[in-house]
Amino acid sequence: MRPPVILVENLSKSYILRHKKQGSYVALRDVLSDKVKSVFSGNKNNLNTSEEFLALNDVSFEVKQGERVGVIGRNGAGKSTLLKILSRIVTPTKGQVTIEGRVASLLEVGTGFHPELTGRENIFLNGAILGMNRSEIVRKFDEIVSFAEVDRFLDTPVKRYSSGMYVRLAFAVAAHLEPEILIVDEVLAVGDAQFQKKCLGKMEDVSKNQGRTVLFVSHNMAAIQNLCDSCIYLHQGRILKSGPTNEVIPEYLQSAASNATIRLDDRKDRTGNGSIHFTSVEVKDNQNKNVEALQCGKDGKLCIYFNNKSEVLNNFHIAVGIDDPNGQRVTIFSNEATGQLFSDVRQHKGVVEIHLKKIPLRQGVYSFTLYSTVNGEIADWIQNAGTFSVEAGDFYLTGKLPPEGQGSFFVDHDFQLTQ
Amino acid sequence: MSAQRVIIRPDSENANYWKDLWNYRGLFFFLAWRDVLVRYKQTVIGIAWSVIRPLLTIFAMFFIGWLFGSSVPDGIPRLLLVAAAAIPWQFFSSSFSEASNSLIANSNLLTKVYFPRLIVPASTVIVCLIDFLISLIIVAGIMLAYSFTPDIHIVFLPLFLILALVLSLGAGLFIAALNVKYRDFRYVIPFIVQFGLYLSPVAFSSKDVYGHPSLPQFAKVIYSLNPMVGVIDGFRWCILGGDLSFYMPGFILSIVFSFIVLFAGISYFRKTEKSFADII
Repeated sequence: MRPPVILVENLSKSYILRHKKQGSYVALRDVLSDKVKSVFSGNKNNLNTSEEFLALNDVSFEVKQGERVGVIGRNGAGKSTLLKILSRIVTPTKGQVTIEGRVASLLEVGTGFHPELTGRENIFLNGAILGMNRSEIVRKFDEIVSFAEVDRFLDTPVKRYSSGMYVRLAFAVAAHLEPEILIVDEVLAVGDAQFQKKCLGKMEDVSKNQGRTVLFVSHNMAAIQNLCDSCIYLHQGRILKSGPTNEVIPEYLQSAASNATIRLDDRKDRTGNGSIHFTSVEVKDNQNKNVEALQCGKDGKLCIYFNNKSEVLNNFHIAVGIDDPNGQRVTIFSNEATGQLFSDVRQHKGVVEIHLKKIPLRQGVYSFTLYSTVNGEIADWIQNAGTFSVEAGDFYLTGKLPPEGQGSFFVDHDFQLTQ
Repeated sequence: MSAQRVIIRPDSENANYWKDLWNYRGLFFFLAWRDVLVRYKQTVIGIAWSVIRPLLTIFAMFFIGWLFGSSVPDGIPRLLLVAAAAIPWQFFSSSFSEASNSLIANSNLLTKVYFPRLIVPASTVIVCLIDFLISLIIVAGIMLAYSFTPDIHIVFLPLFLILALVLSLGAGLFIAALNVKYRDFRYVIPFIVQFGLYLSPVAFSSKDVYGHPSLPQFAKVIYSLNPMVGVIDGFRWCILGGDLSFYMPGFILSIVFSFIVLFAGISYFRKTEKSFADII
């Protein structure tokens, strides 16, 4: 039995959420003025507007040497927090982690890249930031350059690089680290498909042939399936299931799309002044029935329930951003774009229905973000509020399904032969 | 393979902190190197800025001192008197403000990679040190122009430079850590730098203060509490020669105060650095 190289015991991480403050940072001025206010008004509620949020809740697991473990879960499930604790960037609130060996973590592509510096200079800088020493970088330099395919642009400032080149260079540096444990967050979502494949291959090589341990977070189930032998499925800070990849992934996919009504009342990760409050979302088909999946080529409906917390809403703008299974934004539904802002809304509860006509999305699980402004101020904003799935359908009304794996959406079109 | 065990716990005092710091010395140099490189990229006259800035300070302070008729010791040109004070001041003010702002400026690193956070403010001081060396050449030029030869005291110059470094790093660490949580402190930095320039003996000499007929004694004590007074008087003593008045008790106070600031700065920084990534 190989000993575990990562041993996580009862790990918890809590954050204090402030409900009143909207600013991104605390100013001493506010702290002082709040203290003074509460002294004079005798109102202690001012100070009690914060509450604890458990980003990780009593998580325990172990990883053995050479294992490749995928961490999956919806956004906000605690994946990034877990990786940040393992990378020693943040400290846990409770519990303990024991790690044997050198850890390199890649939470972002190109951390510390400076746009003014050349490719060559950034390789050294980024290498040092990721924990390589100078001689190690010198030794690997040529390998990094050829992996990134940027030979000709080595002495060009990276601000002039295309985003593809930038990502390639950044990943190349990281891929040539030689840690015993490699921690990788969703970094492969960027870059073109070919390069993604190359990166996955490199990671596989690193773990399979060199016996390194890899911890990998991704929303790309294909990548996880390819690379990882086992998975940890996190949900709201807890481990919902862990085990062999081919047992965990189906469970995740199913639960991700299994709620016809998506409740939002208990979502704490929202931003905005609160003049409206999203409560739930329902997905309906063309017969007005609640469904779990919409069908490609058919009509559908998104019903967004909200509570109105102010007297009257003017210039009520609501937008729903749709992300594909790879986390890429595919489209946005916005009543500002369609010129249908709501004004003079007085009811305390309401539903905004978005009628989708001839859904052009291909099969897959889509997640959506809810966003709203009232009079130009953000009222309520929930990133990754929920998911719905789209089933393959007869988009072109030909009686058969269009071919899969050829692009990500459909466009109504026809063909004509002219002289 | 190096067998290295890391235990992560909520309260764990990192026993290897100083060892870690040593292991990350490469990063320290790379960050300093980056700052040097970036500083002069996309500037027309590049490195000449390191000459122009101290020169302008010297001329401005020269003018003010001349206008208000501050005293100048015999045989020493006023320009040199001012220059010997302006360069340590310039070093202090730039390294203090760079160190104070460094954590915010590097917040992307802090939230994505682990390393001893002390490296970030410490590495910014290197750029300022290079600027200081350049400005030292200016002083040498002025000496040459007046054919002024320094005496043996000049060998003590590094000691006073270290004192300025201790002070600016200590204060910088303190403000940098506070700046992460309370962004108000970024407004404190230019305030300290601006006022300090007039409260430190750059345009005048300490002799004017200590020998002032109508200034009460407690004001003189308060004046000597400014640790930059000790540093600047020390620089003048090294560069201009030993016959300048040198207020010993005030100087010792400066040294003690500087080191207290450094230790307080480091301990506050270490106490708060674990939460930097959470709140930045």
